[in-house]
Amino acid sequence: MDLFYLYIFMLAAFTGYEVIARVPVILHTPLMSGSNFVHGVVLVGAMVALGHAASPLEQAIGFFAVLLGAANAAGGYVVTERMLAMFRSDRRGAPAMPGAERVK
Amino acid sequence: MQTFIDLTYVVVAALFILGLKAMSSPATARRGIVWAGVGMVLATIVTFLTPGLGNIGLMLLAIVLGGGAAWYLGRVVKMTDMPQMVAVYNGMGGGAAAAIAALEFARGEVHGALPLTLAVLGSLIGSVAFSGSVVAFLKLQGVMKRAWRLPAQNTVNAALAAVVVLLGLLTVATGGTPAVLVLFYVLALLLGVVLTSPIGGADMPVVISLLNAFTGLAVGFEGYVLGIPALIIAGIVVGASGTLLTQLMARAMNRPISNIIFTPMTGEAQGGGSGVAGTMRELSALDAAAMMRYAQRVVVVPGYGMAVAGAQHKVQEMAKLLEGAGVDVRFAIHPVAGRMPGHMNVLLAEAGVPYDKIFDLEEINADFPLTDVALVIGANDVVNPVARHDKASPIYGMPILDADRAAQVIVVKRGKGAGYSGIENELFYRENTSMLYGSAQQAIADVVTNLKGMG
Repeated sequence: MDLFYLYIFMLAAFTGYEVIARVPVILHTPLMSGSNFVHGVVLVGAMVALGHAASPLEQAIGFFAVLLGAANAAGGYVVTERMLAMFRSDRRGAPAMPGAERVK
Repeated sequence: MQTFIDLTYVVVAALFILGLKAMSSPATARRGIVWAGVGMVLATIVTFLTPGLGNIGLMLLAIVLGGGAAWYLGRVVKMTDMPQMVAVYNGMGGGAAAAIAALEFARGEVHGALPLTLAVLGSLIGSVAFSGSVVAFLKLQGVMKRAWRLPAQNTVNAALAAVVVLLGLLTVATGGTPAVLVLFYVLALLLGVVLTSPIGGADMPVVISLLNAFTGLAVGFEGYVLGIPALIIAGIVVGASGTLLTQLMARAMNRPISNIIFTPMTGEAQGGGSGVAGTMRELSALDAAAMMRYAQRVVVVPGYGMAVAGAQHKVQEMAKLLEGAGVDVRFAIHPVAGRMPGHMNVLLAEAGVPYDKIFDLEEINADFPLTDVALVIGANDVVNPVARHDKASPIYGMPILDADRAAQVIVVKRGKGAGYSGIENELFYRENTSMLYGSAQQAIADVVTNLKGMG
């Protein structure tokens, strides 16, 4: 079973490396912010952990974990969304983001 | 029920990967964040259905408090401050991963060599990301002004890291005694601080990106401890893609990552800034306005100073006036202008600068010799000719914008100090350079007033 998980680790690592193989400079920051949002899924782990907490100390740590995880997810989304809003298409259908259309 | 939940997590993992894929191309970037967002909402809702989940009230309270505050702050913060917001939210993710491990240790639920090792690793990386990101935030926010270095910094770092690793190994061996664990967490947090503090602000984007990749790994490891594959996949994918992104950023700045971590840029770099001498010439806003009004070609080089002063709207107004007078105005953006790659594009787009006026380094460098006036606003290191020839300089080899090759250069600058990296700028002492002192906002506003007077 443990080996099964190691396969997941390995394949996920390759996927992560391939998924953003070619990315223009203007997208570096939004993409960093986007991947910051994606690891906000730690919220789910924090919820499961808190869900099994019994003693007050455990509940306190779990509450803290969910609080931080929720902040990571919500904040990460808003910040990324605001940056990418610059990429809206204007009336002529060209990208409104400076330099976006000339990316090689 | 558990099957339904697990299946949903599979869909969530796919949505995250597709979202990241879409976010790496300008045409589909906006779709990408929406997909990832849908995945996140699905994951959160379905987790509430997990059998035997207690503390639901506490959970909801934490989500509303943490999520609500972060959402609000993310909405109101200025575009200029985006990089440090990314740092903060990333730190929170790292902190959450470390806290999950702490809770599992407290419950005594971690058994076996592999789960223990990964729980410890996740705590260590998560704690370092948490405190390191807080330091990064304070630096970018201008609260921590100086990069402070301990004597024998690298030795101290190595010693502290060794102690933390030792405590971690002890935890793996014994299953974690409370005293050892508390000390482990405290020192891991301290390690994040000492690793990040000496790093110069100019290198911060790369550091934040690296910490982001770290957090991804920590999340992936805790996903293993909890037995949630969706967490493993999302975390490790971010860990790997974040590492690649960090390399791309470092390459754009021509700063090897090992250099950034181990030999932080400081003002008194070995021999850096040698041979920079002379006097700076000052000119008035009226002269600056006239110089550009009667030029044929003007290239504006915006930097972080412009962004911080919130001058981009004034600059756009100035560009419009000049164009009305028949001057060709273009904007030249350095790959790392602002605080992060792509940051400046966002700020100019926000101010309404048309995208066909904006050029990156490769596109415009050849045009500088044909340019009458290069107007440098709040940029420093990215136009410092030292990077071309002074091998001793810390920025040697970084590609720069050749503003110095324009017939005339006007530099808008707050005062006479050195740049963000603490390096003297040779450009300011050149024959063809004049300084227009003042905050970018005020200086450009004065230029605009004078331009209007010229009709």
